[in-house]
Amino acid sequence: MAFLEVKDLQVYFPIKGGFFNRTVGHIKAVDGVSFSLEQGKTYGLVGESGSGKSTTGRAIIGLENVTSGQVLFEGKDITSMKSKTKDLRKDIQMIFQDPYSSLNPKKRVLDIIAEPLRNFENHSKQEEKKQVQDLLELVGLSPESIFKYPHQFSGGQRQRIGVARALALKPKLIIADEPVSALDVSVQAQVLNFMREIQDQLNLTYLLISHDLGIIKHMCDHIGIMYKGRYVEEGTKDEIFTNPHHIYSKRLVAAIPDINPRMREKQYRYRQEVQEEYNQSYNDYFDQEGLAYSLQSISDTHKVALPKRG
Amino acid sequence: MWKFIVRRLFVTFPQIVLLSIIIFILAQMMPGDALTGLIDPNIDPAAIEQQRERLGLNNPWYVQYADWVKGAVQGDLGQSFRYKMPVTELIEQRMINTFWLSLLTLIFTYVMAIPLGIISGRWNDTWLDRAITGYTYIGFAAPLFITALLMVWIFGFHFGWFPTGGSVAPGLTPGTFEYFMSKLQHLLLPAFSMAVITTVSTVQYLRSEIIDTKQKDFIITARAKGAPESRVYNRHIFRNSLLPIAAFFGYEISGLIGGSVFIETIFAFPGMGKLFLDSVLLRDFSVVSSVVLIFGIAAILGALLSDIILSIVDPRIRIK
Amino acid sequence: MSNKLLEIKNLTTSFRIGDDYYAAVDDVTLTLNKNEVLGIVGESGSGKSALAFSIMRLHNRAKIEGSVLLNNQDIVNMPTTNLNKLRGDDMAMIFQDPLTALNPLMEIGEQIGETLLLHNPRMTQKQRKLRVIELLNLVGIPRPEYVFEQFPHELSGGMRQRVVIAIAIANDPELLIADEPTTALDVTIQAQILDLIRKLKNEMNAGIILITHDLGVVAEMADRVAVMYAGQIVEIAEVHTLFENPLHPYTKSLLNSVPTEGQDKLHVIQGIVPSLKNLPRKGCRFAARIPWIDASAHEENPVLHEVELGHFVRCTCHAHFYFSDESKEDEKNGIS
Repeated sequence: MAFLEVKDLQVYFPIKGGFFNRTVGHIKAVDGVSFSLEQGKTYGLVGESGSGKSTTGRAIIGLENVTSGQVLFEGKDITSMKSKTKDLRKDIQMIFQDPYSSLNPKKRVLDIIAEPLRNFENHSKQEEKKQVQDLLELVGLSPESIFKYPHQFSGGQRQRIGVARALALKPKLIIADEPVSALDVSVQAQVLNFMREIQDQLNLTYLLISHDLGIIKHMCDHIGIMYKGRYVEEGTKDEIFTNPHHIYSKRLVAAIPDINPRMREKQYRYRQEVQEEYNQSYNDYFDQEGLAYSLQSISDTHKVALPKRG
Repeated sequence: MWKFIVRRLFVTFPQIVLLSIIIFILAQMMPGDALTGLIDPNIDPAAIEQQRERLGLNNPWYVQYADWVKGAVQGDLGQSFRYKMPVTELIEQRMINTFWLSLLTLIFTYVMAIPLGIISGRWNDTWLDRAITGYTYIGFAAPLFITALLMVWIFGFHFGWFPTGGSVAPGLTPGTFEYFMSKLQHLLLPAFSMAVITTVSTVQYLRSEIIDTKQKDFIITARAKGAPESRVYNRHIFRNSLLPIAAFFGYEISGLIGGSVFIETIFAFPGMGKLFLDSVLLRDFSVVSSVVLIFGIAAILGALLSDIILSIVDPRIRIK
Repeated sequence: MSNKLLEIKNLTTSFRIGDDYYAAVDDVTLTLNKNEVLGIVGESGSGKSALAFSIMRLHNRAKIEGSVLLNNQDIVNMPTTNLNKLRGDDMAMIFQDPLTALNPLMEIGEQIGETLLLHNPRMTQKQRKLRVIELLNLVGIPRPEYVFEQFPHELSGGMRQRVVIAIAIANDPELLIADEPTTALDVTIQAQILDLIRKLKNEMNAGIILITHDLGVVAEMADRVAVMYAGQIVEIAEVHTLFENPLHPYTKSLLNSVPTEGQDKLHVIQGIVPSLKNLPRKGCRFAARIPWIDASAHEENPVLHEVELGHFVRCTCHAHFYFSDESKEDEKNGIS
């Protein structure tokens, strides 16, 4: 039994149009996505804007209505809103992209972090304070800062407060949607290190959603690449980065700037080759609507979206 | 864009129907009906009942509503029991008066608001801007009827520059130049009094639009192109800031309707607003409901106009 | 003939906060040659964008001291009318956010044409249109005749950035300043835009200042790199030297905090970037972030030292710098 299993997930948004604002079509934000997460590991969901990676994350936690498909968490179906018991919601938490807007500026750190606790558990003021202080310490902030407001912290510290809030209910799975993309490189390093640390400490599972392949490469064990709502490739980190099969994955990997200036020419040529291949073999990898085919296994862990043979 | 306008018209139509139903129901709920005021109380109740039957007053409400709408569309809004004449006839001349008053008010409003808003927005936080915003605060705080009374007292009684009532001096033949000038002279003071107040919201709106646009990134792009300040303002800032003002135009109409009730009463100007208040006081309900209907339709059409203007001037709303 | 295009000497740009002036760009001295890409790297608050804006005098209310010489003409003290002749003609800028850098109510053709109109008054409308279409072709926009009449919201982010670039290169500028030109874009689009900038550089023989926080972008694009911290240049060197032999503690730390192959833990710089109001006015500005280095290692008034040909480093502390293992522990308590 997989820890979290997503089966053929579809999230469609209606397009309104015509004279009476009827639904004239659908945007297939997520169009038949399946994957599973192993406990204690980090799964990376990569894609460019409009790929549906964030919608997938939001659908798992129940922030989007699922059109069809299933989400199984420890074997239990958590897809439909009704069956979502409180206990399950405690087990999955989310970290958001922007540490500047995701924290209420008028609330003290104590209230921000205690909010989920108050929703789910009954604690005395004293216990609550103690718990919040423990959480702050866990995320590397001084326990004395419970009475401060978000603006008194730097970007990295704010993101830690967001993490502390997510950790308050001792979740098993954390969905991190672009957790560091609003942060500077050095601050980003701080948050990423820390996310890894608490993963080991608390045996957390991450679903890390990002457009930054550098971060995905650094953090993830397994990676799924999305394009226009569909999976184009899935595999281990090595498979994706050293042996990408799908032309879109290749293009994505080739687009990452190399930090070694000596590789400049080589990278540039590689990118050019990939672009040529992309132009030539586009029709082999995408159907008439420009969408990816369904995934075919090419090894135990490696799956690529290819047209069915024969 | 045509698609958008047609679709918008489709929304407008039910709005007007709904408005007419509400007005009809409210009129029905008022004590008395078309006969109550007209007849001699000494007439035999049986005869009255017969008359009611003949006039259709005993029909179910939707039949009566249908009759009313049928009449209204053909220009028959019933009888005014007070003036003993058809409402349509009563309203016609007043509507024309109010139309000219509103038009002149709008002209005054924009003639004042646009330069003031531009000055205030371009040189914000200078003493000139402070003076202008000071004026807008006073304009917001001072009720329209107080301002109007002051105007009447100062320019009407004290200086005697303008007439203090009516829409035209008596004894002039319509169509002559004197008649036209007299009409205009009767319009100037009420229109100006109203504009002094209605202009402040436009000034503030324009000022904040300009200040907002000034800080947009594309203004820096324009400067980086080498555009001199005059061009930056004329081509980029003012053009973009006046757009929402243009769209606001339709909504001004609703404001004018409310204002006309006060202004026309204070200036004893024979228009729709005054007629409305008079009829309410006299309980001349067929007139009241007709006036409200016309006001309501004007407001709905104003909103429609706003949306159409916006769809024409703003490419982001234009639908291809 | 000299190859020198831009010469910045002791440039200081200060903003007024309350009653005092605070320098966002502090005593920056730089040169840029023709056909050269100078990368300027730094995190938010380092003053890199303020520097770019100062070069074109695009700040609204700032006190600018020192000199910026473009082909030996001083921009800082030039009358605005003369400045407007240079802006958009001899020097141009590519902005960070293509969503906001274009006027939403103006057709694409008109926006690009405006730059031409301002600097070539004799051009006829027809010539202008031809040139705009040529430019749209040059930046790789398909169906230029059609796009000419479109509005910004009808284009994707990548296409809009191409339009912003077309505006910048319309009059073949000698100096092109690109302020985070790809930050708002997806990676595959970023790669295309960078290729385009590279191609244009080769064709136009322009000098380019490329401002970015992304070390990968610098590594791919720049000939020389300047690293900025808290308003000052802390290190400047030829690109290979900077990446292979970084000297300043900040440069070293920055390079170590980028996720690369085989690292378990990323380097974290202690503390936070000081805000404009809290900048130390004396001494080494980076000292507070490397507290385990002895105070005597720093200069009292740190200046740039030329350690090898063309490689400058600020402050003497670099000679004594080493990475501390306890940085993590200190950081836990170091909440400011």
